[in-house]
Amino acid sequence: MDGPFATAFSLIASGDPALMQIIGLSLRVTLTAVLIACAVGLPLGAALALARFPGRGAVIVVFNALMGLPPVVAGLIVYLMLSRSGPLGSLALLFTPTAMIIAQTLLILPIVISLTRSVVEDLWAEYREQLLSLGAGRLRAVPTLLWDGRVSLLTGVLAGFGRASAEVGAVLIVGGNIAGHTRTMTTAITLETARGQLGLAVALGIILLTLTLTLNAVAWGAGQWARGRLG
Amino acid sequence: MGTGATGMMAARDLSASILPLSLDGVGYAVAGKPLLSDITLRIEAGRRLIVMGANGAGKSLFLRLCHGLIDPTTGRRLWASGEHRAEAQAMVLQRPVLLRRSVAANLDYPLALKGLPRADRREIVARTLDRFGLNALAERPARLLSGGEQQRLALARAWAMRPQVLFLDEPSSALDPSATKIIEEMVAQFSDEGMTIVMTTHNLGQARRLGDQVAFLHRGRLIEHRSAAEFFAGPETAEARAFLAGDLIW
Repeated sequence: MDGPFATAFSLIASGDPALMQIIGLSLRVTLTAVLIACAVGLPLGAALALARFPGRGAVIVVFNALMGLPPVVAGLIVYLMLSRSGPLGSLALLFTPTAMIIAQTLLILPIVISLTRSVVEDLWAEYREQLLSLGAGRLRAVPTLLWDGRVSLLTGVLAGFGRASAEVGAVLIVGGNIAGHTRTMTTAITLETARGQLGLAVALGIILLTLTLTLNAVAWGAGQWARGRLG
Repeated sequence: MGTGATGMMAARDLSASILPLSLDGVGYAVAGKPLLSDITLRIEAGRRLIVMGANGAGKSLFLRLCHGLIDPTTGRRLWASGEHRAEAQAMVLQRPVLLRRSVAANLDYPLALKGLPRADRREIVARTLDRFGLNALAERPARLLSGGEQQRLALARAWAMRPQVLFLDEPSSALDPSATKIIEEMVAQFSDEGMTIVMTTHNLGQARRLGDQVAFLHRGRLIEHRSAAEFFAGPETAEARAFLAGDLIW
């Protein structure tokens, strides 16, 4: 009874420090990226929903397309920016958690922007006349619409979190998978599986799955509660 | 009153009347298709003007144009205060949108937009809840109220904005008779307090009970504008006569 699953469960049960360190770093990187993407993407998405300017359609298409941006490409772009000969090379950020946060922010941002745009646009169609009548201009409508769309927006934010916590390409390229420094759950799974050390890989897989399930359960519950509570 | 307030009054006297509202040859067209044409009319302070007409005559559009949700494509809309869109007005839309927050927060929202200080807002909200019998519902989510309660809240929200003129678009079209009666009583009270009322309705009884003037629209044109008593005693135009007769026959 010494298969990968047994090893995995004992690693989890014993709270193995290396395992905990990897989980901690992954959460820190992804949650920070989600926060930054929300701070930028929610107002930007709402603005895109309300603004009318030439080329708006093209911008929307680009952001929609970027939702499918391959993580390795995002990683490559950030790598080129941060590498020693790149424009931001002097900051010496390559192979640090900060570089990983930047890459993941780049992955999440289009999701947050596109979903926010879609939610706010629908809401604006319903609210426009009422808000104008009450005295809110387009600019003032933005926070109102974001707040009234909060339940639907949570789904978008969660989708972003899911994408970032599951991806391996971007963090691998810009982080370098350095043990104890930039090793995340997904990069560790890749490495450990390649080395045939399945115990740690399975343990991390279980934790990733549990995390995703829990988050989605909480979000669904919150959505149900809010719909009943807020109408 | 301090000197600051006096200075502000000099800049723009907020208690000054925004009425009458004058429409001068006003029209509204979409993609070259006229939906309202050549409407000339003055809405004087203190009136209870009922806007009538068949479906598609342009009643709702007329109200939205007066309120400033849309701008005329021809002619001029002029408030006595000279504002492009007068501040001291409010409208209850045909399907009012309540925000996804509590009843009290819905009342507070337009007051915050006006930039009133928090203490003043709290007082106005408390007074409004009281007056409209919404105290027990203050913390309830507005979207979960019954249809009658929602309409009462929409009316209360408009009233809290202290408008000189209130536009109402079919305020009781979706309500049962008892809720309709409550709304009518409220509108009559608003009028007694000096608020000018401009309202569309399909309900002839309601028009008789509430109106002191009738504006009759037909295919986007204002074809009659007279006192309610005269209008209901015998309209001048064949269209209005047919409208009244048709409604009586049904």
